[in-house]
Amino acid sequence: MSATAQFATATTVEEALAALAAGARPVAGGTDLVVGARQGKAPLPDALVAIHRVSELHAIDGDADALHLGALVTHAEIAAHPDVRARFTALADASAIVGSHATRAQGTIGGNLMNASPAMEAGGPLICLGATVTLRSTGGTRDMTVEELLTGPGATVASNDELLIAVDLPHPAPGTGSAYVRLEYRRQMEIAVVGATAVVTLADGEVSQARVGITALAPTIRRVPAAEEALTGSAPDEASVEAAARAAAAASVPISDVRASERYRRAMAAVIARRAIQIALVRAGGGDVPVPASAVGQ
Amino acid sequence: MKIPATLTVNGVPYPVELEPGTSLLAAVRDVVGLTGAKEGCDDSECGACMMLLDGRPVNSCSYLALQAEGSEVTTVEGLADGDQLSPLQTAFLEHGGVQCGFCTPGMLISATALLADCPAPSADEVGIALSGNLCRCTGYAGIVKAVLAVSRGTAD
Repeated sequence: MSATAQFATATTVEEALAALAAGARPVAGGTDLVVGARQGKAPLPDALVAIHRVSELHAIDGDADALHLGALVTHAEIAAHPDVRARFTALADASAIVGSHATRAQGTIGGNLMNASPAMEAGGPLICLGATVTLRSTGGTRDMTVEELLTGPGATVASNDELLIAVDLPHPAPGTGSAYVRLEYRRQMEIAVVGATAVVTLADGEVSQARVGITALAPTIRRVPAAEEALTGSAPDEASVEAAARAAAAASVPISDVRASERYRRAMAAVIARRAIQIALVRAGGGDVPVPASAVGQ
Repeated sequence: MKIPATLTVNGVPYPVELEPGTSLLAAVRDVVGLTGAKEGCDDSECGACMMLLDGRPVNSCSYLALQAEGSEVTTVEGLADGDQLSPLQTAFLEHGGVQCGFCTPGMLISATALLADCPAPSADEVGIALSGNLCRCTGYAGIVKAVLAVSRGTAD
């Protein structure tokens, strides 16, 4: 895999952007790019710029409005962060089950998003929690939602000279609980066979806001408005949860591949969506369901 | 075109010249000459190549060696103090954690990273941490026992 002719290490965002403008591709933890090259999916690019030493992209911090994740924050750092676990629990659920502990120690949130797998764990939680991303190039900066960023399997709206700089998560309203659950054949070194995210806000015993997302069930991770409507305004009771889970399944357009058939994915969509919604509701009500939610009941 | 760099492995700086696409595993085995870390799957599934990068686990087959410049790389050769094995290495021998030995360097590195992060893990936590390390002898019970023995301080 030694086709790469040029290699540079950037220590500032400006250096990284200049390298991208000159045609280089970025590498951070290497857990998608380099692994993909080893597996023969795509050769390494001709020119690489390593961005892992860009210290300004490593921060997790927050202000009154949002939690800020630099693009180089790792899955392990996200999963361990007290504020993420307490207030953005679905994202902790997802980050805690990416790959193995070596993957989580090296893989970054920026690389994970820009790899744009429809089965990535973090995507559903980020979309349902209303996350935005910042893309920057030598030509300027633009912000967009994660939903707007992801356009298809392996595809984003970013041009080759743009670098994902940061992910921002607005603080959820009080009374909000969230969960991400995946169907998995094993607990680690796995990627979602089917995944679901639920973010629910309880006010006076009723669901005042709900977001439900499906993962590995469509060309992109997406929200399911019909499922959200089924929950919003409900007590919530078994019937509304069931209606939402069925809506998530109805919105699924899965593929068949080596990991599961289209029929099996479709059949499991409601099961996994129901678990995610139930756990999010327990958490919204102040109940403690340990991270990661996918391990519950195993 | 080869690029000159310095890789610091087990505290020793090694001047090397590497193609940009060279993996950390290939650099450490073939250029530095430390062959403790093994190539199993060569695509980040099996963990036989696991090393520590500034104390954190990395599948070195799928990490670019040039990215490790400026970091401390630790391989299985760096766990012992001279002829004095680390408590974890001793426990692997005492609890039957070694069979053919091919996964052992990665297992030891992976368990070292776990114990640094979580000094008293449960059996479940050990299993989760080591699930990125495959043992094709299926000798997991002895390995988990060895890690738990160290975490409970009974290895000696």
